[in-house]
Amino acid sequence: MSIWIIAATLLVVSALGYRAGRAKALSLVGHARELNSLPGYYGSWVILWGVLPATLLLLSWVALQPIVLDQLVVAGLPQEIAALEPSRLGLFLNDAQNLASGNIVSREVDETLTAAAARYRDLGSLASAARAGSVVLLTLAGMTLAYRRINRRLRAMVKVERAFELILATGSTIAIFTTIGIVLSLLFEAIRFFRLVPLTEFLFGLEWSPQTALRADQVGSSGAFGAIPLLAGTFLVSLIAMMVAVPIGLFSAIYMSEYAAPRVRAVAKPVLEILAGVPTVVYGFFAALTVAPLFRGAGEAIGLSVSSESALAAGGVMGIMIIPFVSSLSDDVIRAVPQSLREASYGLGATQSETIRKIIFPAALPGIVGGILLAVSRAIGETMIVVMAAGLASNLTANPLEAVTTVTVQIVTLLIGDQEFDSAKTLAAFALGLMLFFITLVLNVVALHVVRRYREQYE
Amino acid sequence: MASGRNPNLTTQAVAKSLRRRYRAERRFKAVCIGALGLALTFLAVLFLSIGLEAYTAFWQHWIALDMTYDAELLDPTGTRNPEELARGNYNLVVRGALQELFPEVEGRSDRRALASLVSSGAGYRLQERVVEDPSLVGTSERVWVLADDDIDMLLKGHISRDVPEGARRVSDQQIAWIDHLGEEGRVESRFNARFFRSGDSREPELAGIWGAAVGSAYTLLVTLLLSFPLGVSAALYLEEFAPRNRWTDLIEVNINNLAAVPSIVFGLLGLAVFLNFLHLPRSAPLVGGLVLSLMTLPRIIIPARAALQAVPPSIREAAYGLGASPMQVVFHHVLPLALPGILTGTIIGMGQALGETAPLLMIGMVAFIVDIPSTLTDPATVLPVQIYLWADSPERAFVEKTSAAILCLLGFLILMNLAAVVLRQRTEKKW
Repeated sequence: MSIWIIAATLLVVSALGYRAGRAKALSLVGHARELNSLPGYYGSWVILWGVLPATLLLLSWVALQPIVLDQLVVAGLPQEIAALEPSRLGLFLNDAQNLASGNIVSREVDETLTAAAARYRDLGSLASAARAGSVVLLTLAGMTLAYRRINRRLRAMVKVERAFELILATGSTIAIFTTIGIVLSLLFEAIRFFRLVPLTEFLFGLEWSPQTALRADQVGSSGAFGAIPLLAGTFLVSLIAMMVAVPIGLFSAIYMSEYAAPRVRAVAKPVLEILAGVPTVVYGFFAALTVAPLFRGAGEAIGLSVSSESALAAGGVMGIMIIPFVSSLSDDVIRAVPQSLREASYGLGATQSETIRKIIFPAALPGIVGGILLAVSRAIGETMIVVMAAGLASNLTANPLEAVTTVTVQIVTLLIGDQEFDSAKTLAAFALGLMLFFITLVLNVVALHVVRRYREQYE
Repeated sequence: MASGRNPNLTTQAVAKSLRRRYRAERRFKAVCIGALGLALTFLAVLFLSIGLEAYTAFWQHWIALDMTYDAELLDPTGTRNPEELARGNYNLVVRGALQELFPEVEGRSDRRALASLVSSGAGYRLQERVVEDPSLVGTSERVWVLADDDIDMLLKGHISRDVPEGARRVSDQQIAWIDHLGEEGRVESRFNARFFRSGDSREPELAGIWGAAVGSAYTLLVTLLLSFPLGVSAALYLEEFAPRNRWTDLIEVNINNLAAVPSIVFGLLGLAVFLNFLHLPRSAPLVGGLVLSLMTLPRIIIPARAALQAVPPSIREAAYGLGASPMQVVFHHVLPLALPGILTGTIIGMGQALGETAPLLMIGMVAFIVDIPSTLTDPATVLPVQIYLWADSPERAFVEKTSAAILCLLGFLILMNLAAVVLRQRTEKKW
């Protein structure tokens, strides 16, 4: 790949630049002491001048090249194809690109397509050559400039360090860009969705059957996009999960922090955390293969009809997954309660369990509640367990023995294997994603707030 | 005197209430122990149910057949040209060998039932042998070929012989044939090396995890190369250089929030930005790595910051006192001391990335891919997605394959976590 060759060239050139800069700085003076900075800084200065602008150019070139190429190819297309609506034109260009790179093409190969493909190939190789040439030239130019400006008074260290700090700062902004990217991409597609389906129907509709008609007169052509059944299913499954995870996790944490001998704790805590490290797809397999048939069989034995995709199985297994999350968060808060409170309580004659229930638990409560809220947000966003063990069809019910579907399940089923991006069906997934992002965000913010606001302050 | 009797009464009352309180104490402790025991039981059941299902996948049954490489059939032109030989119909050779063993079988459907005793990959095995050594044409030899997955399940006991014929996938006749072959010593159980060497397949007996493992390795490589330098530089900036102001507060809030965003949302981001906007290839480890690195970044930054915080200020002050510049202080002293902690966090973050499935489903890494990927842009799948795909397959034989793949994935994860633990213990410093 030519990008790798460019990168390797840059590497070699910068090594040479470093040596040259260092050598020039040393040659200016009799002894390194007389320089403003250590000699190596002059070398780094040369590298920075060469590599930084060139890297910026390379990155923007890589990002812009496809867009410019598309424009150029479209300009060369016959009138009737260039005038197509954007989505169809996009498909055509996609096919031309596939043909140019020797992949499978989804339409009949005709003359226009071959011509477009040839143009892609020609322009592409031209662009690659121009890219490599201009990047290397820019590097050399920057290095030469820096090399010529080296003198004994140049404050190389200050400049190089400032540049380094800037690079580090750039690295830290990536988190902001990711958040902006998530919000923008979800919003953008969700707005397109809300143009097709009104917001009120999405938020308050009681029916979810995401189909879009290929033809207007098709049977079942009317899709329904009401998110309430999905939310109800999500909360049902999460509720079951929390009913498993909170008591088990909390009491385990109390045992490990208050009762257990240090040696028991040293073994039990990491073993419990293994549960947190197991990939969720494994839990999903466990739920679908072992737990769901077990519940079904047990239900049959006592005369209940349990769906093989029951909310109980998915939620129960999700609860197992969340146990270590609850227990390690609670463990931390319980241990943070100062020893003096315990000793005062024992001194008044309280038993250990009375101390825990009446002194320690109230003191740790805000932290525990915050931890539980974080766990709820995890349960709501959990995907693989419900994809593999919960149902696909929407079902507005509170009965844990029936199959329900969740927001994450619908996102996955709507987007797997579908490549068309202008139907309400696929866009709905982004609207659901936006909702999911928003719910978990609110939960996290509230959790942090609870912890900060109601935390007892001990010296 | 009344006052003489009252303490006695009080003592009695206290003694009575003490009994009750001690009972409550024992109850409470029992509940706590029970909760921990239940959690550990769940863990044990999870591992046992997968392990018990998985271990049979590492062995597979083979059947020995006497193959006759008929020159008429395989090389009608007589040139022994490899291309010509590769085109021959080797399935007929396999069928012929079976026919020879059971000459009494007549009729199309019976013959098809007989042919389905062995894997449909048997023909390819013969083809490979003959193309490699054309002198085999015209001779005959005994070749071990894989049994079909249903037969394999029968021999492993996963398909019960006791249920009525209509309710199982193997007919009574096929059972009789395979038992006969077994009596002749033509059936053998061997270590399933193919499982570790080959890519995915529609035929359970031919499917392996190597393709998914390579895909996982590529994806993790991209993730590591992107998220480690970015994560460390972000942590260094925030801990060592950044002024305390609204901007850095905003960055911090963002990092903490991203750590709690559901992973599937990152998949949606990848789909919208990397695939639909930047037109990167679908199903590619490159895109998977990009998505996973965005997800892993906060999980690397947070422990890295903790590790940097743990380096005592005296180290920095001593370095400054000796005339080091800010960068020299950080890169010569603070970073090396914090590196074990940073690496531990990175390994744990990589472990989470290795087990991640949902975001990769969004960017098309869920396709059925037979070939082993050889570059970062080849279509590929990863181990957890392979597990998901197999778990969805209806064939009974895929259940043990899925469990075995899970064991391999868990093995990798345990290795990574062990490495993190060892690293932490070896290099942990108390200041």
